Amino acid sequence: MVDESRAVLTGTHFMSGDLACAEGALAAGCQFFGGYPITPATEISERMSRRLVEVGGVFVQMEDEIGSIAAVIGASYAGKKAMTATSGPGFSLMQENIGLAVMTETPLVIVNIMRGGPSTGQPTMPGQQDVMQARWGSHGDYEIIALAPSSVQEMFNLTIECFNLAETYRVPVILLADEIIGHMWERVKIPPAEEINVVSRKKPKTPTAEYQPFKPDKDLVPPMACFGEGYRFHATGLTHDEKGAPETVSAEVQTELVKRLADKIRKNAEKIVKAQRVMLEDADVAVIAYGIPSRAALSAVREARKKGIKAGLLRLVTIWPFPQELVSDVAKQVKAIVVPEMNYGQLVREVERAAKTTPVILLSKLGEEPHRPSEIIEAMRRAVK
Amino acid sequence: MSESNLMMHHYLAKYLRQERMPHIWCEGCGNGILLNCFLQAINELNVDLNKIVVVSGIGCIGRVSGYINVDSFHTTHGRAIAFATGVKLANPELEVVVISGDGDLFAIGGNHFIHAARRNVDIKVICANNFNYGMTGGQYGPTTPLDAWTTTTPYGNIEHPFNLAHLAAAAGAVYVARWTSLHVRRLKASIIKALQKEGFSFIEMISPCPEIFDRYNKMGTAVDVMKWFRLVSQVRHGCDPAKAEITENEILVGEFVDIEKPSYGRLLREMTSRVQDKLKREES
Ligand SMILES: Cc1ncc(C[n+]2csc(CCOP(=O)(O)OP(=O)(O)O)c2C)c(N)n1
Ligand SMILES: [Mg+2]
Repeated sequence: MVDESRAVLTGTHFMSGDLACAEGALAAGCQFFGGYPITPATEISERMSRRLVEVGGVFVQMEDEIGSIAAVIGASYAGKKAMTATSGPGFSLMQENIGLAVMTETPLVIVNIMRGGPSTGQPTMPGQQDVMQARWGSHGDYEIIALAPSSVQEMFNLTIECFNLAETYRVPVILLADEIIGHMWERVKIPPAEEINVVSRKKPKTPTAEYQPFKPDKDLVPPMACFGEGYRFHATGLTHDEKGAPETVSAEVQTELVKRLADKIRKNAEKIVKAQRVMLEDADVAVIAYGIPSRAALSAVREARKKGIKAGLLRLVTIWPFPQELVSDVAKQVKAIVVPEMNYGQLVREVERAAKTTPVILLSKLGEEPHRPSEIIEAMRRAVK
Repeated sequence: MSESNLMMHHYLAKYLRQERMPHIWCEGCGNGILLNCFLQAINELNVDLNKIVVVSGIGCIGRVSGYINVDSFHTTHGRAIAFATGVKLANPELEVVVISGDGDLFAIGGNHFIHAARRNVDIKVICANNFNYGMTGGQYGPTTPLDAWTTTTPYGNIEHPFNLAHLAAAAGAVYVARWTSLHVRRLKASIIKALQKEGFSFIEMISPCPEIFDRYNKMGTAVDVMKWFRLVSQVRHGCDPAKAEITENEILVGEFVDIEKPSYGRLLREMTSRVQDKLKREES
């Protein structure tokens, strides 16, 4: 039996990022988790296997990550808020069905606690190597939403935000965290349930017989009926018209559908995008960072200021859709941009595109050690010299 | 009466999405027979059409979900059972039926099949086994007989086929039946039985594929294939599915397995009550 009274653990806790993520999901109303164990995301599964039963939800350990995301799509269509959690190898396996979720406009949350790749790579070591896979991993044209937490508190807050965005836009949303954030223990404040903003999918108001499952409102998002509610609708991964009927040859239907699926994110990007600007007002060198490197970046910027370098930080919370405008605004103002990433250069490509002629310096890190503030300061010093 | 009038007045018409007709299947294909039997079954059972969900994968038979006028979902290739698992666990009130092909369920989706059967998820799986990948033009698959000619076995098939009934039974299905598209009344009866039974049920329907597999293998017209079904099939209820290999000379059909075992959903609900009761006791 669903028992929401246990869903929100109001109070101050000391917990890991993975655990905070699970608690955020429960606070957002998640009632279904389908997953397959993988380091460094396993603790999310473990927590959910215990906690979901307490709140009367469903935890199921599927046979693999393909099955996990398929079950999550099914649960979402059956009316439950649903999620899965994984890391690089499992994320790769999910890609085809991420496309299915995009095509069938399924609200769901995928947590990827990134480790080192390619392949099995370094399972217990941090990485930010799935940034481009999160954006382009499934075939076809689509837009995606991905958020990058940089603290344990944000693992809690942004997991809720992921559910809210998924339900608002009827899309899969990715929480793209790294191993350090997933495994780090910090203080987390969980507010009372009534202070948490929880959004649920909008429901159809049309009579059941007139309902068209993929007919959008003005905001480009169709109201969502679920199985068992009497609407008796069809959904398919094939290109389909507003009634959900397959249209496998019409260029018109294909164009209209693919554009709408992308545009419901593109046209709402301003509402979706979140970033934190620190000391950028008068900065002439900026760090643009997300996830774990943004913590070193913050210290670096503060330290640099003491040394007389006019440094600022743009911390990206939303990485997809890419905060193009925010980055170009910063680029127009500064002499150079430093991008610390735990990969061999991924989001830096987007920064370069937005920065146009402003020089962009990649600080790449692979493996165990995240960036040190001193390295970022040094890069800034060289850049403005 | 014109064709469309005929269709509107047919007693099963209300179960079809008529605007989606005509269907995509070839003349003589068994998929229409399977659809017909399924509709007859839900008609006879008088099930609440708002509480039944039909899920399919990709393939010729995969299009079936789009034709039935209930909540339905056409998943990616091979993933119907995993999707259905999510639906059933998230809302146990729904009757969840997967209808898909031999390739979809047992090649690309084989892992989901055995694990859903093992867990005894309360879903019904119906397979249209036409011994090949029809949709992509007749390649061999996991049920293609040895020596058969397909577009990817130009020298004859050298892979041993699955005996699907045996596989389902070994994986833990509580109900396993096999029929051919000739056995329409018995197939319908099996679907009715499966729908009323708790747990993972599997029904295989051997299906003609007159335009592709049967043509390549010189099996004659659809009617000839039906005649072959009549000639070689024998009803053996309760027969050991391990001994029910399909051969050119023998197709054993019938209800092979019909056992009782608690379903995953039931065990989950019982566990949840236990845990919640304990929490309540501790709190008071
Ligand atoms: C991931 C993926 N691989 C391959 C295909 C191509 N494909 C479509 S249907 C099909 C085979 C279907 O065979 P079966 O399940 O036996 O159904 P039938 O067409 O025979 O009814 C294949 C290989 C696909 N759609 N998706
Ligand atoms: Mg087939």
